[in-house]
Amino acid sequence: MAATRIDCDIHPAVGGTRTTLLPYLDDHWKEQVVSRAIDGLDLTSYPPSMPLSGRPDWRPPQGKPGSDLAMVQRGAFDQLGASHAICNVLYGAHAVFDPYMASSFCKAINDWIAAEWLAKDSRLRASIVVPMQAPDLAIEEIERRAGDHRFVSILVLAQGETLLGRRHFWPVYQAAEKHKLPLAIHAGSQYRGAPSSIGWPSYRYEYYFAEAQAFQAQILSLIYEGVFGKFPGLKVVLMESGVSWLPAFMWRANKTWRGVRVEVPWVEREPAAIIRDHIRVTMQPFDGPPDAAGVADVIEQIGSDRMFLFASDYPHWQFDGDDAMPPHLPDQIVARMCADNPLETFPRLKLDS
Amino acid sequence: MSDVIDRPQLEREASASTRLRIIDCDIHPSLHAHSDLNPFLPKRWQEHMKTYGSHLRTPYIYTTPYPRSSPLIARRDAWPPTGGPPGSDLAFMRKQHLDPLDVEFGILQVLDLFIFSQQNLEFGAAIQRAINEWQLANWCQREPRLKASILVGQDDTALALAEIERCAKTGQYVQINVSPRANEPLGRRRYWPIYERAQELDLPLGIHVGGYGGHAPTGGGWPSYYCEEHQSNAHTMAAQLASLVIEGIPERFPRLKIVFIEGGFGWIASAMWRMDRYFDRFRSEVPHLKRRPSEYVREHFWFTTQPIDEPDEARHLRSLIEWVGVDRLLFSSDYPHWDFDDPRFAFKTPLTEAERAKIFNGNARALYKL
Repeated sequence: MAATRIDCDIHPAVGGTRTTLLPYLDDHWKEQVVSRAIDGLDLTSYPPSMPLSGRPDWRPPQGKPGSDLAMVQRGAFDQLGASHAICNVLYGAHAVFDPYMASSFCKAINDWIAAEWLAKDSRLRASIVVPMQAPDLAIEEIERRAGDHRFVSILVLAQGETLLGRRHFWPVYQAAEKHKLPLAIHAGSQYRGAPSSIGWPSYRYEYYFAEAQAFQAQILSLIYEGVFGKFPGLKVVLMESGVSWLPAFMWRANKTWRGVRVEVPWVEREPAAIIRDHIRVTMQPFDGPPDAAGVADVIEQIGSDRMFLFASDYPHWQFDGDDAMPPHLPDQIVARMCADNPLETFPRLKLDS
Repeated sequence: MSDVIDRPQLEREASASTRLRIIDCDIHPSLHAHSDLNPFLPKRWQEHMKTYGSHLRTPYIYTTPYPRSSPLIARRDAWPPTGGPPGSDLAFMRKQHLDPLDVEFGILQVLDLFIFSQQNLEFGAAIQRAINEWQLANWCQREPRLKASILVGQDDTALALAEIERCAKTGQYVQINVSPRANEPLGRRRYWPIYERAQELDLPLGIHVGGYGGHAPTGGGWPSYYCEEHQSNAHTMAAQLASLVIEGIPERFPRLKIVFIEGGFGWIASAMWRMDRYFDRFRSEVPHLKRRPSEYVREHFWFTTQPIDEPDEARHLRSLIEWVGVDRLLFSSDYPHWDFDDPRFAFKTPLTEAERAKIFNGNARALYKL
């Protein structure tokens, strides 16, 4: 048997609500999506035809990148050598305004991924797609899936209506902690507000760049609102966030905390220490320096060998060739990121299902 | 209360004949009161200020939405003994800052009256003009070490250009400052006439953090705490760097020099790597870019150093300085604000004499032609 190599971020694609998801909707929503033509909820963050959204050799002749199970199996397992992979579905249920519709679509996505992906390949796992628009409904969905250990995390977007540390989300984190489900924050936006404080950018290139700052804001929110004090067992996984911004971000957070911690007396440790304990990060894309010495430096500055998780981001075009491992990573990082760290981060992965 | 912190090292340095004089690229002078502007403000706008005041995209009239860590975000020892807010008394500024730290030149950055965040653009332009005149009359003409910037709000481009012309004719300003959070990202087309004129006049474009642009401080919404909002300044600057580079400002205005002020410089290395990494992937979207983003950054942008990052390991700061480039850095203290960087202690890593000469003096001297 091949070595354990857990790909923590791959993206099966939903064709549409009136096609892929229709069998998984209840009668009311079946009727609604058909009669009102509610479809095409692909996130603006990832237009399917944009180069980043699908590597050329991972695009099926028909349909969206990631929509064909056999092709995903060939890419993620045969070609890239994963032993297991975690499916993160980015279809737009996350961004729906109507909380009942959002909840219904999340439920359908989870049922679909269980029936048509997880049931067909025992190497696959999935994140629970939840409607953070309505935390009570998100908890319902978590509870509904909690008994199925093929679901290993909870998937939310990096840019939503309110920052993720805010207290109206705490009951969701209580459920996450109870069921040993890390919170997976994935790049992407509900487009409720501009992607940064400066307003709406012209280009997707700028938008994608700004994702890194959105992740930083989410970490600060989770720390300063006191989420990790309240839920010490909670782990947060940053998915498709990039990595190289972490050192300077941690330095600035430490310095700011030292200066104004009087405002948040419940945060009793340096933010960087909290980050190393609670935050994990997938390693594609790796946006580090081009040279080996620089990469070693960045990794040393982050100061942890437990934070890094192997991932390909399949079918997104983050790298060429057959090796999803970013170049120049120190050996001790590579040794931990394929199995040890994922198993520690996603405790439910250990369990057979 | 002592007005100056203990300074044994400085006194040692002061006796050395080769000591390095400082160019401080971020000093904040303050009005004593809004009425200081009356000599420079038409009656119509004095009345407007009294009756309607500032109109900002923020909930409170008299204070900031995220209460700061200290009154007026100032060092507690920076209140002048003569009364008035920190930064309002030139004699005290000399005694506390300019003289003991041997500041050869200081670049003024005025933040009073949320000058870049006024929703009434005509009122904004009136107080910008008044403050531009006030800087010369109350500061630069009394203290030749201090240099003023032309403050303009870019959302009324015509008024901004007129003010730039008026000020440039005096030959007394060293920079054109625009809002860090305008109605649109800085790279957008509507602002290009300002960049074109700045290039023709050979005046650097300065962008100082702060203010209110109407959008949440983060891409994920409104934070609860000042410690979040404070760090979001770096995020704002990163987004503006991306906007300026990706919209092709350095490509379109190849002699334009852009200075990012009070954003720090920790985030810049990663920002360059990240933009470079996606350059090939998004190239078809931005065919106006002819070179890799980091090349534009390394030729067209400068960054003031405060708030300087303080990694636990000195060598990490060293790596950062090398990644960003010694030539890109301009020392700044942020006097008299609470997160002031003291030039004697701020860089917690060894620098060579040549590097110190560039960061603390030479880079700014060349950029601002001092």
